[in-house]
Amino acid sequence: MSVAKPATTDPQIWLNARSRWHRLEICFWLATLLPFLLFPNYLSLASQIAITALFALSLDIILGYGGVVSLGHAAFFGVGAYAAGLYSVHVTGEPLSGLAVGGVLAGVAGYAASFIVSRFRHLTLIMITLGIGLLAHEVANKAHWLTGGSDGLQGVKTLPLFGLFKFDLYGNVAYAYSLGVLFLAFLGVRRIVNSPFGLSLRGIRENLIRMPAVGADSRAHIRTAYTIAATLAGIAGAILAQTTQTVALESISFQRSADVLVMLVLGGAGRLYGGLIGAALFMVARDQFSGIAPQYWYFWIGLLLVTVVMFLPNGILGGLSQLYARWRVK
Amino acid sequence: MSEVALAARGLNKKFGSLVVASDINLVLPEGARYALIGPNGAGKTTLINLLTGMLPPDSGEIVLAEQDITAQAPQERVRRGLARTFQINSLFPGLSALEAVTLVVEERRRLSGRFWQNLASHKESIEEAYDILSRLRLGDSCYQPTRELPYGRQRLLEIALALATRPKVLLLDEPAAGVPQDESGEVFEAVAGLSGDLTLLFIEHDMHVVFRFASHIIVLVGGAIFAEGSPADIAAHPGVREVYLGTRQHG
Repeated sequence: MSVAKPATTDPQIWLNARSRWHRLEICFWLATLLPFLLFPNYLSLASQIAITALFALSLDIILGYGGVVSLGHAAFFGVGAYAAGLYSVHVTGEPLSGLAVGGVLAGVAGYAASFIVSRFRHLTLIMITLGIGLLAHEVANKAHWLTGGSDGLQGVKTLPLFGLFKFDLYGNVAYAYSLGVLFLAFLGVRRIVNSPFGLSLRGIRENLIRMPAVGADSRAHIRTAYTIAATLAGIAGAILAQTTQTVALESISFQRSADVLVMLVLGGAGRLYGGLIGAALFMVARDQFSGIAPQYWYFWIGLLLVTVVMFLPNGILGGLSQLYARWRVK
Repeated sequence: MSEVALAARGLNKKFGSLVVASDINLVLPEGARYALIGPNGAGKTTLINLLTGMLPPDSGEIVLAEQDITAQAPQERVRRGLARTFQINSLFPGLSALEAVTLVVEERRRLSGRFWQNLASHKESIEEAYDILSRLRLGDSCYQPTRELPYGRQRLLEIALALATRPKVLLLDEPAAGVPQDESGEVFEAVAGLSGDLTLLFIEHDMHVVFRFASHIIVLVGGAIFAEGSPADIAAHPGVREVYLGTRQHG
């Protein structure tokens, strides 16, 4: 139910209100600090969740906002992970410059791929992104001399953050680092989706055909969005390499591309927090269920996925915001 | 006044063996209000698709303000001042009317690439968008998602999106299509209220509307121009009565 707004609302104020911080958002970010107090034994998991959330957030830019589907997003995560890992092995283990190297290289790869990706839609696009993902995986697998192939990249060392905070065994620094980068990236993405560019991206999602008829160059927009998304995915990969001090072949696998898509759809695509909630849910579920029956935990994820897409087409967050809207009308 | 705003020379288009445009020559003087009429399947929408670049012609050329635009992409033509509306609504269902029109204004002002700025700080674009919506009397419903707007208002939003590109030439494909007759006046009043230096070509089936708003009528039959002239000429044209007006009265 939509409530009619008074006719006197100023359009600028109305648009401004859409980008204002909500109380729940502040609560959400405060809650991300709880693991330090409540689950000190689970900080490694918390760090993994923050990394995966950043990865899902990057997919949300192209998929949730631009409507551009991808089944090969792990390619950029992997490029970032290997770039940061190799930088640590061969240059220096200083984390922030490694993060930049991972992000930039993944961004360059994304920019190159965007020239192909921006030309297609639907099934063709799914197959192309899938193909790109498989290609990247096999290249990493074959280049054993460089990446370590299926043995993983060994010898990654990460120096203390800012030269002060040593990455400890309990994951205190790892989680603080992952969470800090996630939060900064989130601020950036939040600005992007509330920008003129974000509006055009939503226009592409809502009606690609109309865009050229209003003078918009959709392909240029998609190229920009894809480059930004790949950069963020690369940064996520770089953090994983730095905090786990290895790069497994798994970080560039199809499984990772599929998982991140599932997380985003579960949480709710096209909503800033969808990927974050989805990633947290997915990772915690995996941690819990795989303790019970490690072979079969995907059964539960499958069940959850089918249930959510059947009953909550806009994901868990979409369902919650519907409930919230109904509650406010009352 | 005699400057040519848009011209087509020898446009041809075939789909297989079906001829949809056959040697079409068209000259729209600046500020003109032309109506494009013809029976269903005459190729009226196809002609708009050819002019706006949504379909490439097999041969012929299109000239906008003395520049050959035949090879240009649709969005390039829009930037040079050639806009259109669609017979079947082609809107942005999840965006509010304000967002949709602001999007178009930002694209025209070449500000849409600025991913680092807050949209709400682009005051000029937002005010321009709101102004366009107000002129089409959509000001009070511009915050609702487009999909929730009544059909008649969606038709007006179709026009608002085209106007936000600041066109020099506007091609309207049945702007009042599907609008109940008592409301179609509102759509055409909006069209009539458009500024005088805008060149207009519109497709319309309602002959009362055509004779009221058009200064010149082009009759298209089977992909070719069958007749053209002033409304009086067309009304008196025996062939036109037979192929178009006649069949319509019986049908």
